[in-house]
Amino acid sequence: MSEALPSAKDESGPPAIEVHDLRKTFGDLVAVKDLSMTVPQGVIYGFLGPNGSGKTTTIRMMCGLMKPDGGSGTALGYDILKEADELKRHVGYMTQRFSLYGDLTVRQNLNFIARMYSIPNVRERVDETMEEYGLTQRADQMAGVLSGGWKQRLALAASMLHGPRLLLLDEPTAGVDPVARRDFWDRIRDMTRRGITVLVSTHYMDEAIQCDHLCFILNGVKLVDAPAADVPAQSGLTTWRVTGRDLRRVSDALEGAPGVEQVARFGDALHISGADEAALDRATERWRAEPGLEWERRKPGLEEVFIHLTAQARAAQADKEAA
Amino acid sequence: MGGAISRSWSRIGAVLYKELVQMRRDRITFAMMLSVPIMQLLLFGYAINTDPRHLPAVVSVRQPSEFSRAIEAGMVNSRFFEMEGVVTGEEAADRALRSNEADFVLVVPDDFEARLVRGERPQLMLEADAADPVAVGGPASAMAGIVDSALAPLLDGPLADMAPRAPPYDLIVHRRFNPEGITSHNVVPGLLGVILTMTLVMITSMAITREAERGTMETLLSTPARPIEVMVGKIMPYVAIGYVQTAIILLAAVFLFGVPIRGSLALLLVAITLFILVNLSLGFLISTVARSQMQAMQLTFFLFLPSILLSGFMFPFRGMPDWAQGIGQVLPLTHFLRLVRGVILRDAHLSELVGDIWPLLVQLMVIGGLAMLRYRRTLD
Ligand SMILES: Nc1ncnc2c1ncn2[C@@H]1O[C@H](COP(=O)(O)OP(=O)(O)OP(=O)(O)O)[C@@H](O)[C@H]1O
Ligand SMILES: [Mg+2]
Repeated sequence: MSEALPSAKDESGPPAIEVHDLRKTFGDLVAVKDLSMTVPQGVIYGFLGPNGSGKTTTIRMMCGLMKPDGGSGTALGYDILKEADELKRHVGYMTQRFSLYGDLTVRQNLNFIARMYSIPNVRERVDETMEEYGLTQRADQMAGVLSGGWKQRLALAASMLHGPRLLLLDEPTAGVDPVARRDFWDRIRDMTRRGITVLVSTHYMDEAIQCDHLCFILNGVKLVDAPAADVPAQSGLTTWRVTGRDLRRVSDALEGAPGVEQVARFGDALHISGADEAALDRATERWRAEPGLEWERRKPGLEEVFIHLTAQARAAQADKEAA
Repeated sequence: MGGAISRSWSRIGAVLYKELVQMRRDRITFAMMLSVPIMQLLLFGYAINTDPRHLPAVVSVRQPSEFSRAIEAGMVNSRFFEMEGVVTGEEAADRALRSNEADFVLVVPDDFEARLVRGERPQLMLEADAADPVAVGGPASAMAGIVDSALAPLLDGPLADMAPRAPPYDLIVHRRFNPEGITSHNVVPGLLGVILTMTLVMITSMAITREAERGTMETLLSTPARPIEVMVGKIMPYVAIGYVQTAIILLAAVFLFGVPIRGSLALLLVAITLFILVNLSLGFLISTVARSQMQAMQLTFFLFLPSILLSGFMFPFRGMPDWAQGIGQVLPLTHFLRLVRGVILRDAHLSELVGDIWPLLVQLMVIGGLAMLRYRRTLD
């Protein structure tokens, strides 16, 4: 069972995961390209990237479920290539797609998983886990008929049964309502407090913001890898926030203007961003003098950063293909 | 070490239990596994008979005589024929065959009696609807004997030297192992092989492919369970089903069809166990190729068809051309059929069956080895 370690988020000490130049191809498609990553112990590590960017493939390689075509690495000190069997005992993996047995009940599923991990005192451990995850009332329901949120909760419970020290969660909250999502993240934070390292992939920026460390990949290539707080600064993006009357006019005028990369509506404000600070300031100069509008420089949000990175990488790729 | 082994068994037990629960929930498949043998038994055992009797026949004769009536009576007594009446004229005889009213027309020429009495060897013609060669073969070849014995009592007194003379030798045909030529005695033991092939290959391949199709394979692979543990746990319930099917078929063979089990039950069990293992490994191999349950089923049928046709189940093995026999030799069912028929009908002993045991052993090793080679411990 997991040890209750003191909170350790200093990103030093032996990393929970360390991989070098991981590579995976499916036929002609390079799904993961020479990816190196270091996941410090005890953190929530956010793994981001658009659809098809290779997140699931990377996670599968990290827990010994897929053989990399190149590269090497360790997780919890075990070689992901040679010691996959031992590694599996200490890793909890929650798959992107619900992959427990729909035709078994909640309890039967948990019993089965517990036995596969040779957990002692299966009955107590399963009862205890169901209690902890609020599944007791649903113990005898078929897993297949649970609603999406409950399925996720069952899957998380199943991946925690054997007390793993490392948890790999692949889009654990996709399609889950906000209340359940908040509950889910409370649990994740709780785990890191107990010293468990959590790697989580997600498409929700409000979740990314709660991570200690972020890694963003696109087409199997890593674009950003930094403590969450440093990501906006590292992106080189400048953002203006505008509030006031008639924002529609501003967005129409600035959309596509030289130096302006993104114009996005956030509640009652408009965020205007660009990578070239001087060009952005020139483009917005006239509008900043306009009365009735309030302009404010601010740190770009994660969403802007990721849209920016995606656009930049795609443009670079298009250039390369044209050449 | 002991701990590792007991953990291994407990994982096998977990997979086995899970599989049983799923099997029980999947009522239709479960019912199929038990009702398919019963249905096939009834179909093949009762309905199919390659040695048909009481086939409809008519006599084409203008003036029925003592002789034609004697032949007619002989045909009825032989039980091969059911006499449907008398027609006159070539046209009527032809119509009887074409319209399928009769499978046979016995044409007795007008001057048959007169010429016979004069000692002129008159002709007697049996026209048969030979579209189905198997159906008409038996009665047609029996006809000469029927006529001989029908006419014998009439050819006495002055006609005595016209009676057919006995050939200068005695040919004794001794139909052993199935003296009455009852088709079901041959078919029912064969059915054992057919049913085991169909259900075991299909069900195991589908049960394994199902895990991949539903994504649960990813969960299984992410646990410390070894593939062999998963396989054994998954396959064991189906081995049990194989034995249940075997029991159903053998009981039906003995009590419904009166098939005598002449050989050693232990030897039979050895053959059946070997065959079940070959089929399970075949199902396993299919599951490593098929990407969906649908494909697994299609592949099973792809194998099933030649198994039924070329193994000697449907048609006599030795009647097939060499290339077909060659294909037949690599089908597990071919050897199994020889084994079960050998043990059940001929009381064959181990030493007489070795020739069909070793091919099954080789098949088990080759198929099992291929499956193990192809089986991936990872998702790719
Ligand atoms: N088993 C496979 N066989 C062939 N191609 C695959 C396989 N698994 C993934 N791919 C391809 O590899 C690429 C990366 O897929 P992956 O599932 O890792 O992306 P992802 O980042 O998890 O995407 P998403 O956010 O949609 O889940 C995709 O183009 C996908 O089509
Ligand atoms: Mg994915």
